[in-house]
This record gives sequence, C-alpha cells and structure tokens, in this order.
Amino acid sequence: MNIRLDTPTSNIKVGDELPTLTKAPITRTTLAYFCGASNDHNPVHVDIDAAQAAGMEDVFVHGMLNMAYVGQMLTQWLPQQCLRSFEVKFGAMVYVGDELSCKGLVTEKFEHAGENCVRIKLSALNQHEEVKLTGEAVVAVPESESNL
Amino acid sequence: MVSEYIGKVFPPLEVEVEKGQLRFFAKAVGESNPIYFDEAAARAEGHRSILVPPTYTVTLSIAELDPFQKYRDMGINPEQMLHAQQKFEYFAPIYAGDKITFTSRIVDFIERRKGAIKFLIEETDAVNQLGELTTRFRKTVVIKGNGLNDVGVKEEGGEA
Repeated sequence: MNIRLDTPTSNIKVGDELPTLTKAPITRTTLAYFCGASNDHNPVHVDIDAAQAAGMEDVFVHGMLNMAYVGQMLTQWLPQQCLRSFEVKFGAMVYVGDELSCKGLVTEKFEHAGENCVRIKLSALNQHEEVKLTGEAVVAVPESESNL
Repeated sequence: MVSEYIGKVFPPLEVEVEKGQLRFFAKAVGESNPIYFDEAAARAEGHRSILVPPTYTVTLSIAELDPFQKYRDMGINPEQMLHAQQKFEYFAPIYAGDKITFTSRIVDFIERRKGAIKFLIEETDAVNQLGELTTRFRKTVVIKGNGLNDVGVKEEGGEA
C-alpha cells in the first residue's frame, strides 16, 4: 500500500513512549458538537437538567470522545492501517474544563499471524494528573518503510 | 432475569458512510489529519476516499432515530447506562461511500448486588458491501438502578 510513514518503525523498543497528545480543554461546545457528530444524543452529556435528573451535578464527557482522542494519539504515531486492536476502560468521569493528555508506552514486541506487532499501554490523564482512562492497543509494524 | 437476554441478536442495521458527517466528526474531535475530512488529501495518501477513524464505527452503528429503544425494550433506562469499556478489532478499513451492515448481539448480561448493578456486554460486527468483516467491537456498559454519580465500577474486579 502507498502509505507515507513519518515514524521509523524498525527500531521501536520496549519502553519507548509515543508522542503525548494534549487536547484543548473540553468545553460545553465540544460536547454539543460531539453529541451531534457521534450520534450519541444521550442528553446527560449536553443538558444539565437531564444530567441533574440522573443524579449528576453537571454534564460529563462522552467516553467515546475520550477514546477518539487516544485514537488520534495512535494515528499521529502510525498510519491507522497498522492498528489491529484498540481497547480502553473508562475509569473515571471526564468533565467540562478537563484537558486530556493521551499517552502510550511500548510494552511488548511479538509476532502474530506473520506480522511484527507491538503492544502499547494507553492512558489519558487530565491536567491534575488524574488517570481517566487506561487501555491497550496492538499495532503491526513493518520492519522498514520499503515493506509497506 | 436479565440472563434471558444473553445471546439475543438485534436486527441488522445498514448504514451508508457519509462524507459530511465524517467532516463534522473531525471538527468535533479536533482532527488535524486531512485524510479524515478531505477526500483529495485521502486519495493523495493512497486511500479510496475519506478514511473512517478508529472509533467511528460506534457512531455509524447508532445512526438511527432512536438507538436507545432496543435497551428500553429490555427494561433499561438509557440515562442510567454508563460506558465502562470499549474494544475494537480491525480487519479492513472503512471509507466514505461504503455501506456497512451492523449486527449486534448480547454476549453477557450480569446482575450483581441483587440487581442493583448490572453489566451488559454487546458485540457488534461491521460488514461492508463486499461482505468483508471490517471491524468487530465490544461494548461493556454498567447500569445502576439509582443514578450515575456513584457507579462503583472499580469494585467489580476489573470491570471499570
């Protein structure tokens, strides 16, 4: 495939950190956009009255927005075609004003189905270093760009 | 008993992947890579159209007027559902213009604390117009009877 690769992949090592992606602080406008764009119209994410009726103090961020941010961190590192699996646990609520930093750490190199794969430990933290999300991704990495 | 729903298969949903909504999604998440919102840029990188980003299959899978009705039919109030885990496995890319058929099934539905908290695990296959499985994803939601603010998912042995 004709994929441009800006990251040299043949020398990825266990312990390597992926470039951190820090997103802009989440606003109510962000949530309004994501409500419409994601098809998740659950009012607890955009309507404070609905959130309070559900026992919350305020609206909270869609889990899938947080996961989309972590996905961006991955696809800024390697082309999406390299991604084999991607999973997260939404450990804590993310609120308006939170500024998420998405991080990845290479924890294992292994071969699977004839491909050289790398396992990445994922996390997203807010500006107070509170862990909001953890997870894992597996990416297939070509030995060199010429193999693409 | 919630266990009667285990194995339940929901009716398939066919969705056409629209460029306009992909652009809106890119705006909503602050995407800067144009292969996710500009067709010419995507083609220049070797893609046949705008590329569907890694988590967007969930968005496509709920592209119906009321995606929560199927949960209400199971006695679940959608406003008491909290997304706890999400997993994707990728087999082939999805592009704007593709027609994707989603088929979902309940893999597990567990009650804890005499029904005060429930875990629902749903798996979905996304098959394209060529019959190829493109993505399989698994969603775990927590449902608590008395509100969302103290879901206690961390106590449930790795289910958070």
